[in-house]
Amino acid sequence: MAQDIFVIAEHLKGSLTEGTFEILGAARTLAGTTGGSVVGVVLGQGVEPLAGQMVAADRVLVANDAALADFTPEAYLAVLEPLIRQHQPRLTMLLNTSFGMDLAAALSERLSLPLVAYCKKLETENGAVVATSQIYGGKVNAECVLEGPGIVSVLTGSFPADAGRAGSAPAIETVPLPASLNGRKVQFKTLIEPEVGDVDITRSDIIVAVGRGIQSQDNIGTAEELAQALGGVVASSRPVTDAGWLPRSRQVGKSGMSVKPRLYLALGISGAPEHLEGMKDAGLIIAVNTDPNAPIFGVAHYGVVADLFDVTESLIEKL
Amino acid sequence: MHILVVIKQVPDLVEELEINSDGTALDPDCISPTLNEFDDHALEEALLLKEAVGAQVTVLGIDATGELDQALYTAMAKGADRAKKIVGDFDEETHLSSHARARLLAEAIKPIGYDFVFVGVQAVDDLDGQVAPMLATHLGVPHVGVVTAVHPINGVVSIQKEYWAGIMAEMDVTPPAVLGIQAARQSPRYAPVSKVRQISKEATIEEIEAGEVDERLVVPVRRMYLPESSGRAEFIEGEPGEVADAILNLLRERGIK
Ligand SMILES: Cc1cc2nc3c(=O)[nH]c(=O)nc-3n(C[C@H](O)[C@H](O)[C@H](O)COP(=O)(O)OP(=O)(O)OC[C@H]3O[C@@H](n4cnc5c(N)ncnc54)[C@H](O)[C@@H]3O)c2cc1C
Ligand SMILES: Nc1ncnc2c1ncn2[C@@H]1O[C@H](COP(=O)(O)O)[C@@H](O)[C@H]1O
Repeated sequence: MAQDIFVIAEHLKGSLTEGTFEILGAARTLAGTTGGSVVGVVLGQGVEPLAGQMVAADRVLVANDAALADFTPEAYLAVLEPLIRQHQPRLTMLLNTSFGMDLAAALSERLSLPLVAYCKKLETENGAVVATSQIYGGKVNAECVLEGPGIVSVLTGSFPADAGRAGSAPAIETVPLPASLNGRKVQFKTLIEPEVGDVDITRSDIIVAVGRGIQSQDNIGTAEELAQALGGVVASSRPVTDAGWLPRSRQVGKSGMSVKPRLYLALGISGAPEHLEGMKDAGLIIAVNTDPNAPIFGVAHYGVVADLFDVTESLIEKL
Repeated sequence: MHILVVIKQVPDLVEELEINSDGTALDPDCISPTLNEFDDHALEEALLLKEAVGAQVTVLGIDATGELDQALYTAMAKGADRAKKIVGDFDEETHLSSHARARLLAEAIKPIGYDFVFVGVQAVDDLDGQVAPMLATHLGVPHVGVVTAVHPINGVVSIQKEYWAGIMAEMDVTPPAVLGIQAARQSPRYAPVSKVRQISKEATIEEIEAGEVDERLVVPVRRMYLPESSGRAEFIEGEPGEVADAILNLLRERGIK
């Protein structure tokens, strides 16, 4: 086993994602104690310029092929599996995103390497990697020890991206590709851009966000009334848009929008990691939830353990 | 088209969670099992395909709690054609890892013919990763996760996969394949209690003996703990009116209102 740390890069529409820099920075810190190199891995077509941007890595392995131009789990795995088997890094880091979720668990099974998913903290201790994972909707943390080689899939927003942007030009190596990447069973067709909504929640300074606690579509009007009185807009967690109570464009979180308003008033939102990803950097977060153990209180500046309808009504009355 | 929908029970997060005495897992006494919400979406998407193109839908789960029947009957009451459960000598105290589940499921699925296996994209307890990609690995078929729509077209399915910031990808997937379903195209339907009761009297759940539980890749949990959820929040107390006043004061102080 080498002591190297592999960082699997993510890119979309020609740019590395913020998360890629976050895990690069985390890898750099870990490598300081484990002693190996930080090795970036970029798959795609014409991605050498992106490899060059991974300055926190010592070297970057590049796989270039038309079949890798757009992400598909099948083609990516066909390249990554033999690459990791050959190099045997100490740790392979991915992001727990729509890309990384498809890759990490499959690589773990294919390579017989343990995986710690939903990882938000990484440390080393006497040569072991200690990974803390956030499970049960953010209600429980699990500290896991990887004595030998392993894989972690990291929640975005867990590490500062700046550390991943510091360094100098890495050495770039092109890796050989498996015999055929064509004729695969999963074919990328097209990217679908988000529908333009009636309001752009990313531009609002004041957001009243509702979660499953709002209970029904009929109650959305109350939230609208409060938002109007405050001069803001209504956004929501995923179950509310999945149910069709609000358009997709209002969803905050991992697959929805990231927002950074001056005020984020979270009503009946538990604070699952996938939701927090989209709002935890808001200037002032006030959460109302009947469950005192709701993880949203872990990121809120102010919390109210109460029925959201009582608080909403009183606020509307006083505004 | 035959779709296998894999379902799983997870601890209901509405209950107060407690850690066991070794501090390495949840206390089994505080767990009340509920269906993984994403599995409900996987079933719904399969039922939509049944309605659209006459797909056969089989629902399958590992009966790790001894309490899976109700979920299987409910799935049948909603429209699944068949239900199967994997039974074995599961220790209540041991949480089956995702790797172990994937292997048990794969062994049960291999002898059953299928075009697609739909699996909930993730579950709240999958510390060692999501089951769907692992299951696909065992079955030797491709997998795509975070899927929000499945449309059959000329022998393949056109799927939508969510990325981030509202961006999605469209991909074509040739069966057989495993899909990790994030959300169905519509809210999961409800089954009337009377129908579930009737089905539970009439229908049979086929039992499949579990193979060996694979513990090779269980990640060692050194410590499981509840984060101080009050970590940051300062709590505002009082009657709703007082709370509203306090909130409005905060907004005024900060020049927000
Ligand atoms: C790949 C992936 C991507 C995802 N992307 C997103 C995303 O972009 N955005 C997102 O939000 N989620 C996303 N999710 C879903 C996420 O995992 C959670 O399921 C979701 O955030 C939960 O929403 P919620 O807090 O509204 O509901 P719940 O978790 O059900 O919480 C409801 C809360 O309301 C409280 N409540 C109930 N009644 C009241 C009342 N009367 N007054 C006050 N409080 C009350 C309850 O105590 C509870 O805490 C994603 C999941 C996956 C797997
Ligand atoms: N014991 C099980 N029985 C049936 N399905 C399961 C089981 N374990 C996992 N699954 C499926 O795999 C999905 C993802 O599980 P997990 O990897 O634990 O997040 C679940 O939502 C189920 O669809």
